[in-house]
Amino acid sequence: MYNIPDYKKGEPIMQIYADNAATTRMSETALAVMTEALKIDFGNPSSLYTIGQKAKEKLEEARAEVAKIINAEPREILFTSGGSEADNQALLTGAMIGKKKGKKHIISSAFEHHAILHTLRKLEKNGFEVTLLPVHENGIVRVDELEAAIREDTCLVTIMTANNEIGTIQPIAEIGEICKSRGVLFHTDAVQAVGHLPIDVKQQNIDMLSASAHKFHGPKGVGFLYARKGILLSNLIEGGAQERGKRAGTENLPGILSMTAALQEAVADMDKNNAHMKKVRDYLIEGLSEIPHSALNGEKEHRLPGNVNFSFEGIEGESILILLDMKGISASSGSACTSGSLDPSHVLLSIGRIHDVAHGSLRLSIGEDITIEEADYIIENVKEVVAHLRSFSPVWRDLTEGKKEFILK
Amino acid sequence: MALYSEKVMEHFMHPRNVGVIEDADGVGEVGNAKCGDIMKMYLKIDNDIITDVKFETFGCASAIASSSMATELIKGQRVEDAMELTNKAVAEALDGLPDYKMHCSVLAEEAIQAALEDYQNKKSNQK
Repeated sequence: MYNIPDYKKGEPIMQIYADNAATTRMSETALAVMTEALKIDFGNPSSLYTIGQKAKEKLEEARAEVAKIINAEPREILFTSGGSEADNQALLTGAMIGKKKGKKHIISSAFEHHAILHTLRKLEKNGFEVTLLPVHENGIVRVDELEAAIREDTCLVTIMTANNEIGTIQPIAEIGEICKSRGVLFHTDAVQAVGHLPIDVKQQNIDMLSASAHKFHGPKGVGFLYARKGILLSNLIEGGAQERGKRAGTENLPGILSMTAALQEAVADMDKNNAHMKKVRDYLIEGLSEIPHSALNGEKEHRLPGNVNFSFEGIEGESILILLDMKGISASSGSACTSGSLDPSHVLLSIGRIHDVAHGSLRLSIGEDITIEEADYIIENVKEVVAHLRSFSPVWRDLTEGKKEFILK
Repeated sequence: MALYSEKVMEHFMHPRNVGVIEDADGVGEVGNAKCGDIMKMYLKIDNDIITDVKFETFGCASAIASSSMATELIKGQRVEDAMELTNKAVAEALDGLPDYKMHCSVLAEEAIQAALEDYQNKKSNQK
């Protein structure tokens, strides 16, 4: 029987933050750089006196550092308020460039982030045509299907580097190569990938890329858009001449410097962190697979080192999350109940999980400091929580009594 | 602010009247897995008085808490009084639900109604 903790009495015995795909805790370095910048580098980079020019210098150093990390040039980096802004600006840019040439067709995938999908919907209302490629059961876009979808009037392809819910990694370099050979702009929403996977915009033939600081232990409210030189960016925010006139507003220098420090750290430790996280990720997958009538969502191999996403038949995700929270485990779910809408996650539906099992999903996105002991604690508690909720689920009763057929074998 | 009231959390963590009544006099099931909520209510009725009630629920915390609270509210009640149970009464007894979770209390009301109707149908068939 499930041991129900008394939520009113004290802290659970362990506290495990396993929702790093939602946001991360700032690193000590990023925090130190940010507070230092808030205190010292308060000058406006647009001002001509020394304090302003020093700020400008730091801004440009940060730009050069970010550029170097993804093998771009400093002038190709535009600092933004985060991933969503970068996504919006990239799509608008691709669409406007296409429109001038009479090309109004955009290709994307069914499981993009809403920052992409909702922007595409807006473009559709403005006369653009959008093709959303299927992502199949494994959660990966097929390159041959992408190639077949490219038309004479295709102006832009936008495919995420790694999915935020199920962590599947897309064949970005192959897609980039095809887009280059077909003369189509290629944007990738790399919000989940930057700082976690190696990125080389030249080698991967990426024309535009979006990133967000708070996904790699940087601060919230800052990110960047890489746009290959020669791409004329369309503005979302009009005003002053900051960011070469392509993004108005006084630069968030503390955020930018802090993001840059976080990114440097993430990249320096990437191989070590990833080797460790993959080990713990696979341990979690193995442990949770022991739960009957459960399934891993998304392919196991081409997957972010920190992502574990399971569906459990016969129960609902929000209940799982609240019970895990009581045990000190912070996680997320693709259930409708966690989003305030009636439909479960479009990502889970896109890989063919029908509503019944999409509601019963659990995403654990582990951090670099996760331990095997913590993984054991997670596995043990998820097992208990699933068994507890199934013990009074009418759906589970029907399934076990043979009145309904199991979807997850 | 917490997502749910203390009452909701209490009933979610320690749901009352969980289970099945094998020889129930009335059974009602509402909702569907597509929407993510299913409630099943079992009633034992003696002399038009609800002597026992059990539930099973597939759903979120507020669905489970609503089911639990609804069973508490009708236990020991006369059938005609239980028929009057509203979703509002369930939500109020839980010290309120977030707006987008009010449908959970509606589902609880409907599950009780369905079980009572099943009881009445069975009763009129026996006559």
